[in-house]
Amino acid sequence: MSTAEPFTIEQFYKFLQQGKLMAGKCQKCGKIHLPPRPLCDNCYSQEFSWIQVSGKGKLVTYTVINVAPAQFQALAPYAVGIVELENGLKIPGMIQDIKQEQLKIGMELTLDFGTCSAPQQWPVWPRYCFKP
Amino acid sequence: MYSLQERNTWLNGKPLVSIISAGMSKFGKHDGLLTRELFAQAAAEAFSRCPKLQPKQDIKAMFIGHMGEAYEHQGHTGSTLADWAGLAGIPATRTEAACGSSGVALRSGIYAVLSGLADVVIVGGVEKMTHRTTAEVTEYLAMASDFPFEQFHGITFPGLFALMANAHMHAYGTTEEQIGMVAVKNHYHGSLNPKAQMQKEVSLQNVLASKYVAWPLKLYDCSLITDGASCVILTKPDLAKKYTDQPVHIVGTGQASDTIGLYERKTLTSLQSTKLAAKAAYEMANVTPDQINLAEVHDCFTFAEIMHYEDLGFCKVGEGGKLVERNETRLGGRIPVNTSGGLKSKGHPVGATGTAQAYEMYLQLTDQAEKRQVKDAQIGLTQNIGGSGATAAVHIYRRDQ
Repeated sequence: MSTAEPFTIEQFYKFLQQGKLMAGKCQKCGKIHLPPRPLCDNCYSQEFSWIQVSGKGKLVTYTVINVAPAQFQALAPYAVGIVELENGLKIPGMIQDIKQEQLKIGMELTLDFGTCSAPQQWPVWPRYCFKP
Repeated sequence: MYSLQERNTWLNGKPLVSIISAGMSKFGKHDGLLTRELFAQAAAEAFSRCPKLQPKQDIKAMFIGHMGEAYEHQGHTGSTLADWAGLAGIPATRTEAACGSSGVALRSGIYAVLSGLADVVIVGGVEKMTHRTTAEVTEYLAMASDFPFEQFHGITFPGLFALMANAHMHAYGTTEEQIGMVAVKNHYHGSLNPKAQMQKEVSLQNVLASKYVAWPLKLYDCSLITDGASCVILTKPDLAKKYTDQPVHIVGTGQASDTIGLYERKTLTSLQSTKLAAKAAYEMANVTPDQINLAEVHDCFTFAEIMHYEDLGFCKVGEGGKLVERNETRLGGRIPVNTSGGLKSKGHPVGATGTAQAYEMYLQLTDQAEKRQVKDAQIGLTQNIGGSGATAAVHIYRRDQ
């Protein structure tokens, strides 16, 4: 895929806005970075390519936040979890469209692009979430 | 100069540095006091405990753990506290590693003494938090976690430890009752500590009935929002007796880091940083976990204490819950943990916590811990972590022979 875009977290979120979950693949050692990094923590290469990864995965662990920072108080209580994607990489996020008692470690979830967004001054990134 | 193996053989449990004095403000709610004024209380106690020390002449450097300037709109904490401790002029350095800030300050003080650049150093920490709302404190503490994927998606600090707790419960069958028992034990210990923020016992029933903050962690599973300061004074072991008849020796130190994002770690049921720091400290001290008589560990959330038992080798992996259930870590048990009350009951002014643990170890290993004294304690351990475990500092202490 494209190599023109910088391998930054900002760019990761720009791709999300376009409906794509993208990771950086090190061209030297092959390690996949999600989020992308400018320096491979395995071999120190600075050469990467973008690869699209599946947003499907399994819930590794979760919690329900009752006491939230000011910015998220309107959403509380809300569920968050860490999802292991099909390629083995893990990513955290909110889990929506599910009741707390239905949450289960190991359940299948899919990343939903940007629909959970809450606009703010900085950073202007889409807030992805996971749904059953 | 030395390979790791040579160095450890050379040290072989010999003192790295010696603690000649220690001080701590009462932990709690101190309306109207600023961090500099709280730290002056800790420094004053340390100076008065050691009359042979001439602070202005003898102390050659200061290392201060302080997490956040947001609380008080005051940064530049190293020089501020040197000034208010009557030590303006000496090099003063602030170390920041979130809740592990003063564990790292202690490690930095050891670097300074062992390097030979400073024979006597003061290391400490401070935080003033209670004048802020819970929402503000929640937000400031969260700054120590990964911003773009954790904070940005509404994951709080209790939330991060809840994610680990849930994974541990799922993997090993640890129960909410066992997690709650840590609170009951630490509140009992805190009831014996006149400097603790909460000096009253709680029942397991009340812990389990408290409201969820981040499932499965409840209000009584969370450490406290606290104002406080602490410090210890270190010197070279061969100079210790010049200042005091009763030094406490630090015989092992370890500090380690891990990924800032919890989600990037291979396991969610243990902290690699604790394991690495503990391994370094145990090897340097030439001590095994079964030789530890008492420990102060980082119970920012009750569940964390259970995980730390396992990472520090006090029990087998997965059996941390059973250890507290069998009362082995309660005063009178095989290895009392958090005799001070811990972060849960003594309080957790985040930057002050690491050296407050060292303060407790100083009292215990000089028989000054009064009602909570562990009899015949020879070797103690402290473990201080930052954030969700991207930093850990472990130290091992030995009574003077």
